[in-house]
Amino acid sequence: MKKTIHVTLNGRPTNLEVPAHRLLLDLLRDEIGLTGTKEGCGTGDCGACTVLLDGKPVNSCLIFSGELDGADIVTIEGLKIGPELHPVQKAFIQDGGAQCGYCTPGMLMMAKSLLDENPDPSDEEIRFALSGNLCRCTGYAKIVQAVQDAAAELRAKRAG
Amino acid sequence: MRRPEPLEIFQPTSIREAGALVKEKGPGGRFLAGGTDLVIAVKEKSFSPKYVVDLKRIPGLSGIREEADGGLKIGSLTTLREVEISPIILKRFPFLAQSAAEVGSVQIRNRATIGGNMANATPSADVAPALLALEARARIAGLNGERVVELEQFFRGPGQTVMAPEEILTEIIIPPANPSLVGEYIKFSPREMMDLAYIGVAVAFVFNASQKLCEKVRIALGAVSPTPMRARGAESLLEGQVLTEELAEKAGAEAARECKPISDVRSSADYRRDMVRVNTKRALLNAAAQRPGKWTERRDRRY
Repeated sequence: MKKTIHVTLNGRPTNLEVPAHRLLLDLLRDEIGLTGTKEGCGTGDCGACTVLLDGKPVNSCLIFSGELDGADIVTIEGLKIGPELHPVQKAFIQDGGAQCGYCTPGMLMMAKSLLDENPDPSDEEIRFALSGNLCRCTGYAKIVQAVQDAAAELRAKRAG
Repeated sequence: MRRPEPLEIFQPTSIREAGALVKEKGPGGRFLAGGTDLVIAVKEKSFSPKYVVDLKRIPGLSGIREEADGGLKIGSLTTLREVEISPIILKRFPFLAQSAAEVGSVQIRNRATIGGNMANATPSADVAPALLALEARARIAGLNGERVVELEQFFRGPGQTVMAPEEILTEIIIPPANPSLVGEYIKFSPREMMDLAYIGVAVAFVFNASQKLCEKVRIALGAVSPTPMRARGAESLLEGQVLTEELAEKAGAEAARECKPISDVRSSADYRRDMVRVNTKRALLNAAAQRPGKWTERRDRRY
């Protein structure tokens, strides 16, 4: 039942031989060793396992490896721009957007995706976009602030 | 969380090949679209399909098309996120876009498909009442050709549809609508996001705003019977009438009488009935008010 799939993982073309039923989350963590992506609920409710699949945020806990041939996957390990942290990462650090940090990789992937689509979101739009990312430390105010600051930074970069 | 048992995943590239696979492999297999219901069922309910047939490699099953006659065709593999943000749907039927946006999270809606959502036949599916109010039809492909059924006839019970095991839902067809059609979907649930509907109400009618006259009234309810249902008694109360708050109240009461809710972990039958009454009235008045602006900016109107 092993299947050979060809994917682009964090920008790098990769050939993998995996059992078709292996979940993308487990493929990343257990077979490839990219443990930045976390498992929270395992049922698509918490968003801790969020990765970008063909540019769109998805729950990696709900996708079979056997579906992935030809896919472009970006995980938290691929968020940096060269040696530099992505502006959303910097903003989360600077604003205290993380408490225990477990939900953070998923939050960051979702935030990056939001800002790609909407460079100047309202607080309401940020909360709507992040509604599938649960933080049980209840630190949402600083998370929203961090996304706003990252948005401002990205806009300034673009303008500059 | 439990992991899936080993299973074979086929990726056919035509509808014929997909149907033939199911015929050949026999019972116990499942079609896979976005996987947001199937994978959860496998993990949560210890359900082990013998094999899975992934439909995503079949070309032509996704996308939203405006027809020359003014109707819309939505491919079954179109994601709920695509429905939510589609400029055509936002312009023509904003309440349909909203009903899609009520499902799960952005991450879920990027995978979940409109066809998978219908084929899974959950009584509380948010998109179903909106589609019933638009009198949508379902195109189904089998080994011996295609057929088109009214979406209302498509559902047979919780998780049950009219489709045979090897049949595939290929397209949702929305018939041409009058330009004066107005509509509204209200999902009633305790949490704003990431929740299933206690009840859902969709209304659509052709509205003469100056005379407040309603015609072709369609009211559809979710999560209050084994399948999404039309509230025909409430519809007929309004047909050809001038919409007043009093009449909307009466229609709400009629819809509450017609529905067949059960009590479960989410809500009691009595509470569901009462919420149908209140929210049917509200949906009718909201639709008639035709407030401008994005629906996300007016969520507060729901409660």
